[in-house]
Amino acid sequence: MTYIAKPRVRHPGLPTNRLGLTRRDYEGSMSTLCAGCGHDSITAAIVEAFWKLETPPHMVAKTSGIGCSGKTPTYFLKEAHGFNAVHGRMPSVTTGAHVANRDLVCIGVSGDGDSLSIGMGQFAHVIRRNVDMLYVLENNGVYGLTKGQFSASADLGTKAKRGEINREQPIDPVLLALTLGAGFVARSFSGDKEQLVPILQAGLRHKGFALIDVISPCVTFNDHRGSTKSYAFTRDHYHPLVYADFVPSAPEIKTSYAAGDSNTVRLHDGSRINFRKVPDDYDPQDRTRVYGYIRERQQAGEVVTGLLFVEAAVPGQDADLHGIQGTVDEPLATYPFGDLCPGADALEAIQARFR
Amino acid sequence: MAGVQPTSSLGGPSAPRINDLAFKIGTVNGTGSASANGLLRQAIFRMGIPVSGKNLFPSNIQGLPTWYEIRASGKGHTARTARFDLVVAMNPASYARDIEETTTGGWVLHDSSWPLPRDLTREDVRFLGIPLAKMAVDNFQGSRIRVLMKNICYVGALAALLKIDIDIVKELLTETFASKPKLLDSNFLAIDLGYDYARDAFDCPLPVHLEPMEENHDSILIDGNTAAALGCLYAGATVAAWYPITPSTSLVDAFTAFCLRHRKAPDTGKNRFAILQAEDELAAAGMVLGAGWAGARAFTSTSGAGLSLMGEFIGFAYYAEIPAVFFDVQRVGPSTGMPTRTQQGDIQFVAYASHGDTKHIVLFPADPRECFDLAVQAFDLADRYQTPVFVLTDLDIGMNDWVVPKLAWDDEYRPDRGKVLSSDELEGAESFHRYLDPDGDGIPWRSLPGVHPKGAFLTRGSGHDRYGNYTEDSEPYTDVMDRIRRKIDGAAPRLPAPEIHVRDGVSLGLVTVGSCRGAVLEAVEALRNRGVAVNYLRVRAFPFHPQVEDFLEKHKVVFVVEQNRDGQLRNLLVAETGVPKRRLVSVRYYGGLPMSCHHVIDGIAPYLDPEPATGPISTHSSSDPDARTAPALQGADP
Repeated sequence: MTYIAKPRVRHPGLPTNRLGLTRRDYEGSMSTLCAGCGHDSITAAIVEAFWKLETPPHMVAKTSGIGCSGKTPTYFLKEAHGFNAVHGRMPSVTTGAHVANRDLVCIGVSGDGDSLSIGMGQFAHVIRRNVDMLYVLENNGVYGLTKGQFSASADLGTKAKRGEINREQPIDPVLLALTLGAGFVARSFSGDKEQLVPILQAGLRHKGFALIDVISPCVTFNDHRGSTKSYAFTRDHYHPLVYADFVPSAPEIKTSYAAGDSNTVRLHDGSRINFRKVPDDYDPQDRTRVYGYIRERQQAGEVVTGLLFVEAAVPGQDADLHGIQGTVDEPLATYPFGDLCPGADALEAIQARFR
Repeated sequence: MAGVQPTSSLGGPSAPRINDLAFKIGTVNGTGSASANGLLRQAIFRMGIPVSGKNLFPSNIQGLPTWYEIRASGKGHTARTARFDLVVAMNPASYARDIEETTTGGWVLHDSSWPLPRDLTREDVRFLGIPLAKMAVDNFQGSRIRVLMKNICYVGALAALLKIDIDIVKELLTETFASKPKLLDSNFLAIDLGYDYARDAFDCPLPVHLEPMEENHDSILIDGNTAAALGCLYAGATVAAWYPITPSTSLVDAFTAFCLRHRKAPDTGKNRFAILQAEDELAAAGMVLGAGWAGARAFTSTSGAGLSLMGEFIGFAYYAEIPAVFFDVQRVGPSTGMPTRTQQGDIQFVAYASHGDTKHIVLFPADPRECFDLAVQAFDLADRYQTPVFVLTDLDIGMNDWVVPKLAWDDEYRPDRGKVLSSDELEGAESFHRYLDPDGDGIPWRSLPGVHPKGAFLTRGSGHDRYGNYTEDSEPYTDVMDRIRRKIDGAAPRLPAPEIHVRDGVSLGLVTVGSCRGAVLEAVEALRNRGVAVNYLRVRAFPFHPQVEDFLEKHKVVFVVEQNRDGQLRNLLVAETGVPKRRLVSVRYYGGLPMSCHHVIDGIAPYLDPEPATGPISTHSSSDPDARTAPALQGADP
């Protein structure tokens, strides 16, 4: 059995949002991923984010490519249309869907193989085009469905399950997105729902392209000692830099960060996290310095997370795809034919040129 | 006059011939000759004479040889001909070739500002020297304007030699340069310089020349890419995604221009369209699918190389049943091939494009008029059958100007958006499943995102059952695949019917496709003049209309004429009909130039019973050897 529908039972005590929908209403079918997969935690965070945003599920277009990440749109928002595209091509399909119907809330889920290897071109160009979407990159550094090959995000020196060491440079989607001009760049960890949910909310509400790279350990092929994308390693080197509070009533993002020194906290399983306090001069709207800071901390072996960079909206200026294209406010998909076809008289006039 | 003096050893002037001539102009790419050549073509058109212009250009921006061929034919034969009564040799780099291609008894007009190399002379053609460069230098200032005006000078000379109406030429110039009086003056001067020189130096007009006719009142002169773009505009296409590639680029360029003129919201000035120049053809196809899935009429325009890249998405659209329109303006393959030459080399590839079992609806326009009509139909068919539809043209149709009947539009036309459930229908439905077949025609109902929660489903290229759910089980998988097959096969009788010209009692048939039409019809007439009766059918769609198989069955021998090496249309006919392979004789030309009548005649001649040694038909080129299909045709017509 490869498809498991969830029973539609509504518990009377479940809390509802203002649409009268419970979290259950934002769920999809049962996951067929491995137990403990980071992707399932992200799915849960996506459900939570949409529920909190009170988005009508059918107004969402959820897209994905191929790989474990590609399966996940099945697991959330069963009342939304989904498009599980071919490998590495989720961005182009999302671009087309969004250009056809700008009323759709677009969320694309991809993976490190899907985005940074086969789909590198489309990943770059969807940023360049500034498509109004939330791009969730479920990053585990490994090809799971084909049993554990390194992906392009595998860190230098990380060890595969079968023992080989990666000697090729990793591609960091966050640094790449910053370089390419993305207006919203975040990194998080599937194990930190508290940080993840507000970022997802903010990303969904951000007008234009929003990237969230989520470290999402592969419990089956990349969770061993020596891997830099394991739960243990990630927790050890994970630095929540910016917690974002999302205020749903207004599309404004408030970031709060306090100055201070690094702080080590022991977690329940005995591992530790260094909670770094943000340096005084960190400005999430300064692209160049954000880039420099992430790079610097990376070299020190730290994975900084949070809503790392966000570009403030310029009132009256839509820099997203529809703004660039200058399209009408109504969806092109349902635009009245009478306003699209110039008619017989116009055709006669047009043809004067060809005489 | 410098250079070689006109000579002729062939017994005086050629016999007079009116409105049946072809000439070619050899120039250098990037010297502005296109507008001069367009002026000639347009003037002949306005004289009411059927005319065609074939632009043979290099894949290069500036500096390589380029040719423009014009054929005027009172009988309406406007396929390319390899006979050139007159050659304008403007490019020393191609002198040898240009002079060689002049027909015996014909003329070479050359720039006599410099001597023509002696070794290039021919005894059997006449050389008409005009000091074009010198004229331009003496009369115009600035190097660019001199280069341009040199071209206009030869237009003037040709007007005198071929009796092209000089008033019409000037009228066209006046229209073009209405807002640039200084340029208009220069052009007028250049026209007069060439015209007067020719009148003084030669016996004008030549015995082979033009006389006004009344043929073009209801015609236009248009290229196929422009016409196809108009079709997209009129069909209500709102999303175009593409990647630049010769020879399809001008389709999207034209669509863009038409949209900017006709698709602006009057109140806001905003665009009722979106044109996405993608990063590559894979992305272009993905955007088209995404837009089609979301309910817009979307298309892409490409050529074979681009279509190869789109292959994966084509299979996706077929299997997930997403409407999409693909224009393939074919060029010479395989691989990069010859990007500025024409061919019909994608027929087989497109018919079954992408891995796995697929079969696609393909439309084959023969000229720009059909590009317009079939473009509109392609969107209706894509929506109706929820599948990718291909419009297969080629460089010759797409980029050359053809005289065709005016495009017509019926204001009663409403797009057929196919089986799309509305919000109310979904609300009232008990349930919705994407791939059911409630109507028994193999066509499921679809829902669009953003319409109603009950319409939600997950579109996937992975195995799915009739409910749209993922499956890896045999029966639900084959169930869907069988239905899709029924759907596409069921479309065949509703696709554009073939063009058929038949007479009773004729046992020889000729089947062709696309831009071969002109050459083939000319050949049919030539054969008839020679006493050989041939019936004619032109395929306009795949899967084949039932009339195609009927035609094949009714003829003892059928010649299949097409422009590719392997007889791809014939292969499809063999694969998709019950007609025995040996009855289909392949006639092919695939050298990259538009097909000519003689290619057809040469291909057929070996299969005809004893023929007169000479006939009224030109057979210039070497024949096209066909070792594979050489059935003995004893008993075949005539």
